[in-house]
Amino acid sequence: MERVPVLNLGDVLLVSIQIDLSDDIALRLQDDLAERIVATGARGVIIDITALDIVDSFVGRTLSTIAGISRVLDATTVVVGMRPAVAITLVELGLSLSGVATALNVELGLQRLRQALSDGTAAPAPSRDLVR
Amino acid sequence: MDADVAARFAAVLQANRDALLKQWRAATVTKLRGRQTEAELAAQIEDVHGALVQAVSGGTPDLYGPEAAELRAVLTDLSTRRARVGFTPAETTAAVFALKDALFVAIDSDDAQQLRDYLAYATFVDEMGVYTFEAYAKMRESLITEQAEQLLEISTPVVKLWDGVLAVPLVGTLDSARAQVVMERLLQALADTSSPYAIIDITGVPAVDTQVAQHILKTVVAARLMGADCIISGIRPQIAQTVVALGIEFADIVTKASLADALTHTLRASGFELVRSERAG
Repeated sequence: MERVPVLNLGDVLLVSIQIDLSDDIALRLQDDLAERIVATGARGVIIDITALDIVDSFVGRTLSTIAGISRVLDATTVVVGMRPAVAITLVELGLSLSGVATALNVELGLQRLRQALSDGTAAPAPSRDLVR
Repeated sequence: MDADVAARFAAVLQANRDALLKQWRAATVTKLRGRQTEAELAAQIEDVHGALVQAVSGGTPDLYGPEAAELRAVLTDLSTRRARVGFTPAETTAAVFALKDALFVAIDSDDAQQLRDYLAYATFVDEMGVYTFEAYAKMRESLITEQAEQLLEISTPVVKLWDGVLAVPLVGTLDSARAQVVMERLLQALADTSSPYAIIDITGVPAVDTQVAQHILKTVVAARLMGADCIISGIRPQIAQTVVALGIEFADIVTKASLADALTHTLRASGFELVRSERAG
């Protein structure tokens, strides 16, 4: 089965979704991320959905769940690159991706993570710096 | 109208051409009020007369048949022109109905046969009048649609205020169609320019009801999903009162009274500090 690669970038895990996200793949990604956050002690997760044309309610909920899981594991999740059409559809569906931070692109997403970690708003104990 | 009556109609029209035209012109010329020249009116009437003769000389006349195509074209042209220069619908159709009076003068009203024919003629002219009115209404409708489209096009600009700060000055009533266009344009511009801030300025929106507020809220939520923050500015005192009276909740969306305040807010949020230069005094 296809799976979405999770890249290690310092303290951040970068996930760039380049394939159509079926329910199976989305669930697999959720499992993988949970394990990788624990294994690497990552403080931030960036999920890039620039390539996604469609975000259905299941994928939307999975993104919320991933954000919730990583919050429990002391990491901040930022979803980046959502297309305008996808955003409009989600709003029309009444999904607001509660608890998920968003940014326009990976760069702004990293910036946001850095800010959140240094403010200590997202993670209670900013013991390590994001940028080394 | 059967073929015999039609033939007699054509004959009456042709035999009394000059008298008819004169009478017809006299009845309509008083209502021009400078919106059309007399010569133009005379030409139009002559066109209608010519086309009418052509339409009725081909057997049983039918206004929607092929032999009346010319007549329909002439009538459409007449009403389109009149609609453009501001004739009322009544004045426009009156120009056609004036033919009835002229025809009545032309026939011998003591002759029962001719009177019966006249009724048939009048019915046909009535049809022409209705057609003219329809053409007039169609013309007006297309004008309105055209203008609405133009309005949709011109009234939703997305402007860049600062690096990473976009603004949408909304002008005019915000209905669902416009709100959709505004939303799409703004979100696309946010994606294209990677601007993390957008200011929606509603100074030019005459009234904010629950529906308009709903549209604005949707836009803000969609922008937030994409990772951009929206600020609503230009809330006039009257609108602030309506919003509260209607119980509309803008939740955690930042709202500012003026565009300047909103810009200052975004600059602060992105880490800029405004300092007046010493030299400027």
